[in-house]
Amino acid sequence: MTFSGLRVVKEALTGHKGWKPLWRNPEPKPSYDVVVVGGGGHGLATAYTLAATYGITNVAVLEKGWLGSGNIGRNTTIIRSNYLLPGNQPFYEFSMKLWERQEQDLNFNSMVSQRGIINLFHTDGQRDAYRRRGNAMHLSGADGRLLTREELREKVPFLNFDNARFPIKGGLMQSRAGTARHDGVAWGYARAADMRGVDIIQNCEVTGFRMEGGRVTGVETTRGTIGAGKVGVAVAGSSSRVMAMAGMRLPIESHVLQAFVSEGLKPTIPGVVTFGAGHFYVSQSDKGGLVFGGDLDGYNSYAQRGGLPTVEDVIEGGMALMPMIGRARLLRSWGGIMDMSMDGSPIIDRTHIDGLYFNGGWCYGGFKATPASGYAFAHLLATDTPHETARAYRFDRFTRGHVIDEKGVGAQPNLH
Amino acid sequence: MTRLTGGLIDREKPLDFTFDGRSYSGYAGDTLAAALMANGVDLIGRSFKYHRPRGVLSAGSEEPNALVTLRDGARAEPNTRATVAELYAGLTARSQNHVGSLERDLLAVNDLLSPLFAAGFYYKTFMWPRTFWEKLYEPAIRRAAGLGALSMEPDPDAYDKGFLHCDLLVIGAGAAGLMAALTAGRAGAKVILADEDMRPGGRLLAESDLLNDAPAHEWVRAVRAELASFPNVRFMPRTTVFGVYDHGIYGAVERVADHLPTPGDGVRQTFWRITAKRAVLAAGAIERHIPFADNDRPGILLAGAMRAYANRWATLPGRAGAPVAVFTNGDDGHRTARDLVAKGVPVLGVVDTREDAQAFGDYEVFRGATVTGTRGRRGLRAIQITRGATATWHDVGALGVAGGWNPNVHLASHHRGRPVWKADLLAFVPGADGPKGLFPAGAVAGRGGTASALADGVRAATTALADIGMTAPKVALPEASDVPHAQAAFWHVPGKRRAWVDFQNDVTVKDIALAHTENMRSVEHLKRWTTLGMATDQGKTSNIAALAVMAEQTGQTIPGTGTTIFRPPYTGVSLSVLGGGDTGKHFRPTRLTPTHDWAAAQGATFVEVGPWMRAQMFPRAGEGHWRETVDREVTAVRSAVGICDVTTLGKIDVQGADAAEFLNRVYANMMATLKVGRVRYGLMLREDGHLYDDGTCARLGEDHFVVTTTTANAGAVYRNMEFARQCLWPDLDVQLISTTDAWAQIAVAGPKSRALLERIVDDTDLSNEAFPFMACAALTICGGLRARLFRISFSGELAYELAVPARYGHALMERLAERGADLGVTPYGTEALGVLRIEKGHATGAEITGQTTASMLGLGRMVSAKKDALGAVMSRREGLAAEAWRLVGLKPVGGDGPILAGSHLFTEGAVRTLDTDQGWVTSACYSPNLGRHIALGYLEHGDTRMGERIVAANPLEGQEMAVEVVSPDFVDPEGVRLRD
Amino acid sequence: MLIPHPLLGARDAQEFTYLGDASLMDRPDPNGPEAEAAFCDYVFLRDNPAGVHRELWFHEQGDRSWLVVTRDTVTHEILGAELARDVKRGAQT
Repeated sequence: MTFSGLRVVKEALTGHKGWKPLWRNPEPKPSYDVVVVGGGGHGLATAYTLAATYGITNVAVLEKGWLGSGNIGRNTTIIRSNYLLPGNQPFYEFSMKLWERQEQDLNFNSMVSQRGIINLFHTDGQRDAYRRRGNAMHLSGADGRLLTREELREKVPFLNFDNARFPIKGGLMQSRAGTARHDGVAWGYARAADMRGVDIIQNCEVTGFRMEGGRVTGVETTRGTIGAGKVGVAVAGSSSRVMAMAGMRLPIESHVLQAFVSEGLKPTIPGVVTFGAGHFYVSQSDKGGLVFGGDLDGYNSYAQRGGLPTVEDVIEGGMALMPMIGRARLLRSWGGIMDMSMDGSPIIDRTHIDGLYFNGGWCYGGFKATPASGYAFAHLLATDTPHETARAYRFDRFTRGHVIDEKGVGAQPNLH
Repeated sequence: MTRLTGGLIDREKPLDFTFDGRSYSGYAGDTLAAALMANGVDLIGRSFKYHRPRGVLSAGSEEPNALVTLRDGARAEPNTRATVAELYAGLTARSQNHVGSLERDLLAVNDLLSPLFAAGFYYKTFMWPRTFWEKLYEPAIRRAAGLGALSMEPDPDAYDKGFLHCDLLVIGAGAAGLMAALTAGRAGAKVILADEDMRPGGRLLAESDLLNDAPAHEWVRAVRAELASFPNVRFMPRTTVFGVYDHGIYGAVERVADHLPTPGDGVRQTFWRITAKRAVLAAGAIERHIPFADNDRPGILLAGAMRAYANRWATLPGRAGAPVAVFTNGDDGHRTARDLVAKGVPVLGVVDTREDAQAFGDYEVFRGATVTGTRGRRGLRAIQITRGATATWHDVGALGVAGGWNPNVHLASHHRGRPVWKADLLAFVPGADGPKGLFPAGAVAGRGGTASALADGVRAATTALADIGMTAPKVALPEASDVPHAQAAFWHVPGKRRAWVDFQNDVTVKDIALAHTENMRSVEHLKRWTTLGMATDQGKTSNIAALAVMAEQTGQTIPGTGTTIFRPPYTGVSLSVLGGGDTGKHFRPTRLTPTHDWAAAQGATFVEVGPWMRAQMFPRAGEGHWRETVDREVTAVRSAVGICDVTTLGKIDVQGADAAEFLNRVYANMMATLKVGRVRYGLMLREDGHLYDDGTCARLGEDHFVVTTTTANAGAVYRNMEFARQCLWPDLDVQLISTTDAWAQIAVAGPKSRALLERIVDDTDLSNEAFPFMACAALTICGGLRARLFRISFSGELAYELAVPARYGHALMERLAERGADLGVTPYGTEALGVLRIEKGHATGAEITGQTTASMLGLGRMVSAKKDALGAVMSRREGLAAEAWRLVGLKPVGGDGPILAGSHLFTEGAVRTLDTDQGWVTSACYSPNLGRHIALGYLEHGDTRMGERIVAANPLEGQEMAVEVVSPDFVDPEGVRLRD
Repeated sequence: MLIPHPLLGARDAQEFTYLGDASLMDRPDPNGPEAEAAFCDYVFLRDNPAGVHRELWFHEQGDRSWLVVTRDTVTHEILGAELARDVKRGAQT
């Protein structure tokens, strides 16, 4: 079934009787060419790309809960390609280009909204660092602009320009950045993959890997054994737990990141704004909620909830940056489990086990990577070669000394 | 004005207020909702999507419909629930979410188009043409969405934050909570009793049931008085415990002044972090409604809320004198009819879904019947009652709906514990996996009858206290009884018309059925697809009904269909109070250097450096441009003598028999061989081999070193050294203490620095022979003041750093300025400091980024191969050893002009891509000594490319510049001056 | 969270700075065979358990002790806290 405005009108006139399930609920087959573990954004995008681009349709996506129940279902929805390092920036720009055509590719409105992101700077040193980064963005083909304080005042007049502890001096803006409807992304990929023959199997938890002669041949699950030519694991947040079943230790720690949404408000904030002198970033959803977040709680956790000090820290940052939000109310806060890697950058690579592939370590930036991550992982699964934009995301970069450390804080995940 | 008799309002205290500009009057004790109701105002707001007219649904904080913008101007507070806003004199409120007037909202057209706007419609359309989403569709959707509007002005009120500790926190001051607090109070436990309402009592205030043969509020008053007599009990009304955090920490907000016209000199709200050894959750229950056709009109309330308005606030919705009906699936609805009859209200009757329903009093019962339709655009006028095949219309002014009660399990599931279904109660109660130390009591635990709740409060407090080794006394219960509460599992009235499940977000039974058709069957999918439960009430009034409807669709049980996890906060909490008032300049603490006041008196401008404020420059009269000032300060250092406060650099005192060995393991270069009285530049690596920090290490004695760190890393380096000392090598005899704040440190730099210092040091020979470059000493100055002198240089000039106890920093600065006046002593700030160090090619944070290796700075050989140190092994890895970037100097070729830091470096003629990128400019300045702009940067193999002409490209700002690669040591590269 | 400091009693976790897995105390022998590989494991790889985790916290706003805290990463329940230097010395003897 093709979605369109016309279709919506037709169904409206006929009592919405013609809609079909967005995806099937298939029973798992005995085996697949490729089994993707993890029915989150990255896993679903991988399956979609395998089918749509690489013609591999005998694919299952195994999800332990409901599809989209991982971090795709609990993030702050920001998309951007404003990275510094050459290992990262081309990949995220590739992702941005995929975002820009996502709705048409998937025939699903995931509400990609390029309303722009502004990263504020507060010192000359930060300005210079942003100039370096903005130039790296330009060199990768992305857009970017350095905004003066005056230009900022025009675009975001509600910021605290006059009484700030850390004065706002300017900002790096990427106009093509913005937000997308996070659940819609998962559903769009799921539906498009399902339409191409991919089996999405929910409530199916992987409990072990089947190995023969150093090669993975399938997975054990709560719904029985499922054979696989190749297994791709995309379970960010649970990576260490799942890969431990294959005997691997990862350069990853799991940390909780809290996110927040206010009650619905009439349009207030045009795009995404990030504070350069505190831990705070914010955008406004189409429904009107201010969606915001800040720093990690900072300790290893699988609890999907955080503590009050971080709540206070984030909201102090928000109040310092835009004191006009004070009379809004916090509606809901929640926590997601981040795969915090040792250099703050992800991994898309083969493992030492034949047939077992890994995608993870997305830290708190996995959402924006969803299309490119799926694409690059599908490319790797299909061709056994890394996608050209994801060549740096190897396991051995740590041992060899080629880390991709945007923040320059070294092997301490909670600082990335 | 529609007022019944009785009620807990103070008729001696009338209060005037306005709603949408019209004036009304209510009484002290009213909520805005009650007062509006008493004034015959039933239409209060519009729903989110269809802009349907809405009135009051509830009498509490679960209200989804009656949202208003309270107050004016900068104090305007959108989305305020009229059901909990206390009336005060002069209150102003406005309705929201409409275009045109509330009565004639133009966006009500959405209601006519509602077939188009079925669940999830927006995912299926607005995709073509591609650019129309941002340009057309989305802005229109955004304007229509949202509820109230922010004033866009900063909040003018003050807020506070505080910490409380107690043995027992009791959440909710209803029957169970009061008994729990009383029990614990009598036991001598430190008790906090918090309730979101303005007065204690909870549902006791809303019901007509007697306690000890008297109205319940009289018993409540007596308990309140007894609690007030206990020094160990703190009762906190208007306080919402909004979240449960780890280890018995609870977040709470006290609305200190929301019931007053303004907070005056006090705070509006206080954010409390309560640490409780144990807690009793006695938060009561929330009534649920029963979806039926057109069930969302103003005048249709929860039956329990109707009872609350009648009994507590002496008012009812609907036209004066019009009969009232109740629709129920159980006994509870009959309590409403009984109470209304007692108040003399005309009651049409109770529509009960059960064939065997028993009346509680003298009114008609429509047994085995349902409400199947309503009329009345802006307020209920009639309902359709259907029994079997017979449907009849009846004029009514209001309808109470009683669908059963949902225990308030929210806080109990904040740690992701799953509520469990109790089939006998037809409700979820807290499971056993709730937060540790939180004891559900009363209606929360499914024991909501008055007598049951009272007893359960005693039980819960006794159990909780026993858990912490305290014994509760026997507490006598007041005489009370549980009214019958039989109930049928009846969840919604089937029909063709829309039946609302989530009122605010306009989610109907049909939407849930459609979600089921489209395979959005998991509860989480259902919520996300339809937006059910995402409204400001967080699903308090809708989640269970939705689960029941979905269960019917899937053919499963309700618990089999799922449950949802509630997340903090329990109700919306203002961002202002969560920020705790740390706004503006108070966002972060400000650290001032010991010479801050002195610098301010000299006319210095200051700059934020992390938490510090440092003197940026010292402009003089007549200097029109900042660079005139900086050039003068730089020139003074290079030609005479300058003084600069460098206290912010971290200082760590290292003492002990193994201090040298310890430092040898912490610094990448050799430190053990440092002689007493000498200073050495040191590099620290992270264990991953990258450069961590640089600084100086001075040996003041055999067992005594003083090391400095960069300003930014002062805390982290100290922490890391303590890690090495305690976690890696605890057997070394070494002690560390951070002395950054203890010593004021002043750089005295320039060819005349020795002459200046000789005038203030006591009996110390500062000649080049006696006190050469990299010498250090503990000495006295100014006639006996103990001090430390280090002959180190950041500027490349003959220079010293002089440290004195911090309280003498100001005096030292004054003394240096005074004694050096004839030498041309000049204070300089961070800008001049930056120019001086760039001229010498010294690295700071712009160069040591955490991605830097020692070899990038040309210091690769400092990493000693003769010994181990933190990071030494890893620094030898292939990727680090092969790092090609080298720090170089850059100067413009052709005409002079600024080289912008952040530009990227390319060979001439190369295409500009990331692949051909050869480095970047890290720091840049105008050098008054060279009379031109210069810069530092990292360039691939830069050390072998001296003299090469390259390009500093800045496509971000459409600018580029030809530059020549030179040594980063622009001034005195032989280092003659600093050794002079 | 509250951390039961062995010397100071329950202290708010906000007073502490977190580092990570207590295995960071087990620095490899820099002169051992395969020292570089051992260091790579030490610096980069973690067990990252969902469950009981021994981890390092620094009482930065307090007595500047490094503690080894045993905590469940799923429930955040704290099972114990020791002075890191005692743990290290104990391991050495």
